[in-house]
Amino acid sequence: MKGLLIISGLGIVAMLAEIFKFKKALLPIVLLGIVAAYATNFIEWNSPQSIVYFDNMIAFDKLGIAFSGIIIATAFLWFILANDYFEDTNNSVDHFALVLFALVGALMLTAYKNMTTLFLGIEIMSIPMYVLAASKKNNIKSNEAGFKYLIMGSFASGFLLFGIALVYGACGSFDLFMIKSYITINSATLPSFFYVGVLMILIAMCFKVSAAPFHFWAPDVYEGSPTLITALMSTVVKTAAFAAFLRLFMISFSGVSELWTMVLAVVVALSLIVANLSAAMQSNVKRMLAFSSISHAAFMLMVILANVRSNLSVSALIYYSLAYSIGSIAAFGVVYNVALKANEDITSFNGLSKRHPLLAFCMTVSMLSLAGIPVTSGFFAKYFVFTAMIGTHYKWLLIIAVLTSAVGVYYYLKVVIAMYFKGNESDNEKLIVEKSQAIVIVLSTIITLVIGIVPNLVADIFSF
Amino acid sequence: MLSLLLIVVPFLSALLLFVSKSKSTKQISLFSTIITFGIAVAAMFMVKHNPNTNLLQLDLNWIPSLGIHFNIEINMLSSLLVLLTAFLLPLIVLSAFKNEYANEHQFYGLMLMMQSALMGVFMTNDGFLFYVFWELALIPIYFICLLWGGENRAAITFKFFVYTLLGSLFMLVGLIYVYNHTNIDGMKSWNINALYEAGRSLNADQQGVVFWLIFIAFAIKMPIFPFHTWQPNTYVNAPTQGTMLLSGIMLKMGTFALIKWLLPLTPIGLQDCGHTAIILSVIGIVYASCIAIVQKDYKRLIAYSSIAHVGLISAGILTANQQGLQGAIMQMLAHGVNVVALFLIADILLRHTGTRELDKLGGIRNMNGNFAVLFLIVVLGSVALPLTNGFVGEFLLLSGVYKYNAAIAGFAGLSVILGAVYMLRSYQHIMLGERIDNHNTFGALATSDKAVLIIACIAIVAFGIYPAPLNSMAEQGIKELLAIIKPN
Repeated sequence: MKGLLIISGLGIVAMLAEIFKFKKALLPIVLLGIVAAYATNFIEWNSPQSIVYFDNMIAFDKLGIAFSGIIIATAFLWFILANDYFEDTNNSVDHFALVLFALVGALMLTAYKNMTTLFLGIEIMSIPMYVLAASKKNNIKSNEAGFKYLIMGSFASGFLLFGIALVYGACGSFDLFMIKSYITINSATLPSFFYVGVLMILIAMCFKVSAAPFHFWAPDVYEGSPTLITALMSTVVKTAAFAAFLRLFMISFSGVSELWTMVLAVVVALSLIVANLSAAMQSNVKRMLAFSSISHAAFMLMVILANVRSNLSVSALIYYSLAYSIGSIAAFGVVYNVALKANEDITSFNGLSKRHPLLAFCMTVSMLSLAGIPVTSGFFAKYFVFTAMIGTHYKWLLIIAVLTSAVGVYYYLKVVIAMYFKGNESDNEKLIVEKSQAIVIVLSTIITLVIGIVPNLVADIFSF
Repeated sequence: MLSLLLIVVPFLSALLLFVSKSKSTKQISLFSTIITFGIAVAAMFMVKHNPNTNLLQLDLNWIPSLGIHFNIEINMLSSLLVLLTAFLLPLIVLSAFKNEYANEHQFYGLMLMMQSALMGVFMTNDGFLFYVFWELALIPIYFICLLWGGENRAAITFKFFVYTLLGSLFMLVGLIYVYNHTNIDGMKSWNINALYEAGRSLNADQQGVVFWLIFIAFAIKMPIFPFHTWQPNTYVNAPTQGTMLLSGIMLKMGTFALIKWLLPLTPIGLQDCGHTAIILSVIGIVYASCIAIVQKDYKRLIAYSSIAHVGLISAGILTANQQGLQGAIMQMLAHGVNVVALFLIADILLRHTGTRELDKLGGIRNMNGNFAVLFLIVVLGSVALPLTNGFVGEFLLLSGVYKYNAAIAGFAGLSVILGAVYMLRSYQHIMLGERIDNHNTFGALATSDKAVLIIACIAIVAFGIYPAPLNSMAEQGIKELLAIIKPN
């Protein structure tokens, strides 16, 4: 909770930076603030009881703190990676503030206990993201991305609000646990509009995590937004949305699981198939990563499906989000640097192994991790999902997941092949990467490998 | 400790090569592989004379909460495969001496990396670790084929990688399914014995599903008809050393895993579904032999002959009787040596004449008699003539299949005849008759090539005449295994 307050404070400080002229010092201040937020988060993790805030609206329990930890850590890496995103523009201060406020929303989503805080969290996180997606003002694609994101996102919010209203109408409460107990007591007499409400909330959440068939905004938005903002979307925003998804359906709606699990299973199957097949067709790496993020979303949704029956899957989801976030940060970092002088087409990666061997190596590791090949963290993420799923009766889903994973290998390796195998000798111009960015990319790569080799470093912490 | 060395020595040498970019790459890798061979031989003697020493085992807790151990052990069976790997690697390294590869240190480094992973696959006693090594072995060979392969290599290696990875994922699902049924003091465990026990506690339907899930992975790796479509193109396009690794050792991953990780895991599944799998294997023998007969490219011919051989091995394994299994082990050892020598011969032909096409070759015997003799010995070994190493395995395999079903054995026996047809026919085309192009010389063999061929020929003849030491180990190892499979 203190972390959330610190980051809100940072957001306000960032807005003041223009007036009091300390723009230059802003990045160090933000980084320090994030470290402080992480530290308080860590202290709260070690304290035995969770504290309830704002009349039971927010409570940072173990689950919430774990997700907050991942989000804050990813954000830290992201800020170092993104330092020239802030230097390039005249509006750097606004961008700082927007990102920080999006972060506040994300943290709220990890720990809400009430439907109102859920909605507030989603809006606080999304509205800055709409603006940031369009932050390359002169680029028509960026404008399109922002616009599309805004329209589609608002649409989803509408669904969410409508769903919440219907559930409130049936249960008479916004509180997650009150809803849960209402459902268990009155399971026989729930009105039909309650079920409609649950399904509407499910649709809205699928929208937010970009699961098929509600994924149509994602490829365009990912492609059009500035690369670093895309990185933010696919890591911080995604993790937060999943934390929210898990919490809502694990706590409140677990009593009516037979209603939504089948729907969710179909959503997962569709996402896996559509995302992987579409990703295999892409020649734009950013767009490919957008589809890949949909397929990873499907994997994480599988965990939520499995969770109805086993506790193992909570730590599986946490590990998955961590592995995916770290892998994505490295991947997007490389894409950003490669695309600086060219574009995001796969041909720009040709011969990267000669132009910048280190970058090529890091990209290879993150691609292997996203593809789920041992000994990277992505492999263990997939492994945990498989283990969680195999105990359920969704084994058909597992088969689809296996088949589509093989397709996944195909498109991730396409990048690796381009880097090591394609490209002509003449085009050997060295790629120059800023030190701080190189450090983040290498660091993410090392983390990917370390938690891949010793997964219990992370998995044991989160097995509660 | 010895078992760990077998993984660590090649691994560290590979790292050394990657980092140092030293001029003496070839020497370092040869040295490293010879040391590994020494360790493997020592380990084998130890298995034979002092099997209970704890030098052969290592069991570390890797991921305690999931019951995953870093558990490697050299026992009767694995020591044979370890020996094969350790024996072939120096030959493969030596065979590369005459080829100039760009980025040499990476090429040799990847080969050693591969050796390290292969050792792990053969030795591990932990299901999870097995999967990890299994996948790790794939990555170096993928890069070897990709970076140093022939034309059109990108598409071909792609198919290879995705195909085998898909198989492995099915295997992973199957293994996790069995793992979920393990119970050691209330904890799940990946230990091989726990998995065996859990696998056998499943009912017939479940065992059948697990059998196919895991069998597909092995069938793709070997490869068994109809999962073989990646193989001929990959073998032909890979650099010679890559092909040697693929056919000499990696193929044995599939067959050995079939023995160690599938038969004892699902005995009922084997009874119910083994028949279909054997028929597939036998179809593969006949089919691949027939295709091999009409091949024009010598390397492709060997690739198809490899499918035929492995089909017989897999049929022998799936019969799950003493002769079949023992023959399979012996044939794996023989085939490993023979196929490496054959691929080297294909490479020598290409280097000396610029072609591997049978129609364009001829009359080489008159120009280089030594080569002709060595070539002939290898050919005889691979058609399994008595007194060559191929004979023991093939004989046992066929008698094992015969015990299982005489009709199937009849078809499997075709492999002997058809094998003789395509091997001898190709020898005749290449070595006898008149030289077709205008060159009148076939220069002397390079020392490194000669050394490899001579060593291979010595192995072929020596183990043809006196197979007892290896055979007795295979016999005993299989007996122990059969005691687990059929405990009556």
